[in-house]
Amino acid sequence: MTQPTSPALRLEGIVKTFPGVKALDNVSLDVMPGEVHALMGENGAGKSTLMKVLGGIYQPDEGLIYVGDTAVVMSNPLDSKGKGIVFIHQELSLAEELSVAENVYLGELPVKSFGRVDWETLYKKTDTILAKLKVSFNARTRVGDLSIANQQMVEIARALTVDAKAVIFDEPTASLTDAEKLVLFEVIADLKDQGVGIVYISHRMEEIFKMTDRVSVLRDGQYQGSLLTADTNEEEITQMMIGRKLDLTRAPLNHELGDIALEVRDLSCGSSYRNVNFQVRCGEVLGFYGLVGAGRTEIAETLFGLRQPNTGTILLDGEEMHIRSPSAAIRAGISLVPEDRKTQGLVLGMNCRDNMTLPQVDDMTAGPFVSDGAEVAVFDLYRDRLDIRTPGWRQTVGNLSGGNQQKIVIGKWLSMHPKVLIVDEPTRGIDVGSKSAIHKLIRELAASGYAIIVISSEMPEVLHVSDRIVAMFSGEIIRTFTAEDVTEDNLIQAISGIKSK
Amino acid sequence: MISDFIKRNLSTSAIWLFIIFELLFFSIAGHYLSFSDGEFMDLGNMLLLLQQSAPIGIIAVGMTLIMVNGNIDLSVGAVFAIAGIVMLDSMTWGMFSGLGDWVIIVSWILALAAGALLGAINGLIVWKTGVDAFIVTLGSMLGYRGLVFMFNGENPTSHLNWTLVDFAEAQFLGFNTATWFLAGSVLVIWLVTRYTVHGRNAYAIGNNRTAAVNAGIRVGPHMVINFVIIGFLAALSAVVFYSGSGSVNPNDGQLYELWVITAVVLGGTKLAGGSGSVIGTLGGVIAIQLLRKGLGYIGADTSTVNLVIGLILIVVLFLDRQLNVKGAQELKV
Repeated sequence: MTQPTSPALRLEGIVKTFPGVKALDNVSLDVMPGEVHALMGENGAGKSTLMKVLGGIYQPDEGLIYVGDTAVVMSNPLDSKGKGIVFIHQELSLAEELSVAENVYLGELPVKSFGRVDWETLYKKTDTILAKLKVSFNARTRVGDLSIANQQMVEIARALTVDAKAVIFDEPTASLTDAEKLVLFEVIADLKDQGVGIVYISHRMEEIFKMTDRVSVLRDGQYQGSLLTADTNEEEITQMMIGRKLDLTRAPLNHELGDIALEVRDLSCGSSYRNVNFQVRCGEVLGFYGLVGAGRTEIAETLFGLRQPNTGTILLDGEEMHIRSPSAAIRAGISLVPEDRKTQGLVLGMNCRDNMTLPQVDDMTAGPFVSDGAEVAVFDLYRDRLDIRTPGWRQTVGNLSGGNQQKIVIGKWLSMHPKVLIVDEPTRGIDVGSKSAIHKLIRELAASGYAIIVISSEMPEVLHVSDRIVAMFSGEIIRTFTAEDVTEDNLIQAISGIKSK
Repeated sequence: MISDFIKRNLSTSAIWLFIIFELLFFSIAGHYLSFSDGEFMDLGNMLLLLQQSAPIGIIAVGMTLIMVNGNIDLSVGAVFAIAGIVMLDSMTWGMFSGLGDWVIIVSWILALAAGALLGAINGLIVWKTGVDAFIVTLGSMLGYRGLVFMFNGENPTSHLNWTLVDFAEAQFLGFNTATWFLAGSVLVIWLVTRYTVHGRNAYAIGNNRTAAVNAGIRVGPHMVINFVIIGFLAALSAVVFYSGSGSVNPNDGQLYELWVITAVVLGGTKLAGGSGSVIGTLGGVIAIQLLRKGLGYIGADTSTVNLVIGLILIVVLFLDRQLNVKGAQELKV
């Protein structure tokens, strides 16, 4: 095959060592102009380190970076941007109080005499870029008033202010709804048509197959190879990532269901959700599926006492409950594994044991003091039971991988012996290998008698773990599916608001 | 493992290294510069230093708890003055005239209760309104100071009770009363932060408030308790100090809040909350006092002392930031 053009971006033999770890071991990667190149790997495989080398945050110990035909040294992020390498990060870094235009040209505002900002040029230039992105807001809009998806568009607009040779998208769809994703994909396609090389980092297989031309995989800091997306499949990529096969078939649902653990009748809460009715039995996993903003998280927060409903009743073991605070919910036997474990679920600076025993440390005292032994016993028990990989309980939780962090949160609640366990987005930001471990765990917990509610935005996940699935659209339950009558098609229809008979 | 341990304790141990440095520096520099005959590291001098550290130190112990929580209390100086007035003035009240020297106990209890009450007011406002503790206590700092002036105008409030003075100047095992109170406060709050549920929750709340709420911790009442504790300790500091001096000037305790915060921060507690230790704070308090005394010893005047302490605070925080940024980056790998 002849290659008429040279790659837009090429990394050759990159080595980066940190004390005790070889984070990158001879990694090579090339991105052609007009190509969408997926970079995959489990968390900790070296993707972020590689991107930091590319962005000039780290300097490689060995290896070269080429932009076009010239070898370059990226001395800092600004330098990297100046050389045409632009990053769209998962976490947005925008000044919310400023206008879109000011954010797009932040640090490079056009000036006229006496250092005054040339607002006219600024707005004109910004609007030109925004027109390319086909967005609904203009240069003067305050960024804080935009949705997350639109804020991401501002980030992309920022990338377009320079003559970008390559754009790196790092988990761009993590917080987007399906509709917003489509807009993002269009923008990526446009960039591609303009001959920009694109590196697309994502954990989501559907996106990889929909969007990308080639897939490169990293594992433990080593380059595992590149495949043409058209020639490969999910299993092959997963195997390259984790070095073994992944089981994503339906779990067998053959255990016995117990009594009704939780029942919700006609529950409404402002504009978040209306007339919600459902039941969960002991031993059952009830999935909640819907778009972001459909009201699922709000229902979970109500059950956990973080929100008060306007009307309706919550029955726990047949008894009516008024849950006014998380501490009341915990006492009643309802636990919540929140959507974002880092900001809502864990005290990242504390060690594993203290995080796990946080809600029950009150009951673990000897005299006025906390009993070390009781705490360690609980930690050891759930570390073994949930297979939490940590060097010891003294390890700071912030240093664990996403999967192990999530297991700490789950262990925290299991040790309280709840009746109902609500898990909001059980595997968000968790690598593929640990995902299936979490799924298996949820099934096992159900089998051992817990009533479990799983809220997920990932269809394969909700299909995989649930006995029944509640489909929500814009604050209402459209339909409750059983394992027998659910299909991908009717589930998608339901969460898009199409009611079937 | 060992390097891990050092890293974890670096922010606390750094202040003690700094103290050793100060001691050596002033001993050597004093040899050439000092006009006084005595050695700097003289036992009597060191004991005096601990005694003089007590008023700021006792409050700083409470401030550590508040700052680990992610809050701050700017009203401690005013609470200090009010508690002093309550103690000295109540000893002259007619209704206690029959008590003899027992009035001391009653006055102490009243003063300590006043401090706890003022702290509780701060805490309740922070809890119930959700307004930032900085703003709430900035307001109460002005308000409480207003109360001090309303009580006796510009005039000092004085009362001398010789039994009380004897108590304040007493020594036990070589240490002065004030030093014992400082040591006691450090010990109690250290036990609280290190070994109790309350202490555990304090770190959890400062580190991640949302996660603490989600773990069922009642954050509001927890914070109120901490404000009560610091109010109580500010009053305890006043009680110890004014037992000896017997006279409260309405401007007393001004800028105490800033000295206290300086000591706590020097001791390695983060302004953002979630980490810090009382032992570090004790180091911070002693470091400042050493600096004051040492600079005086080699002949510097008060304004120079303030300048140097200010510079050192900034340098220390800069170094701390450098160390922590490096640490944080290594962790991300």
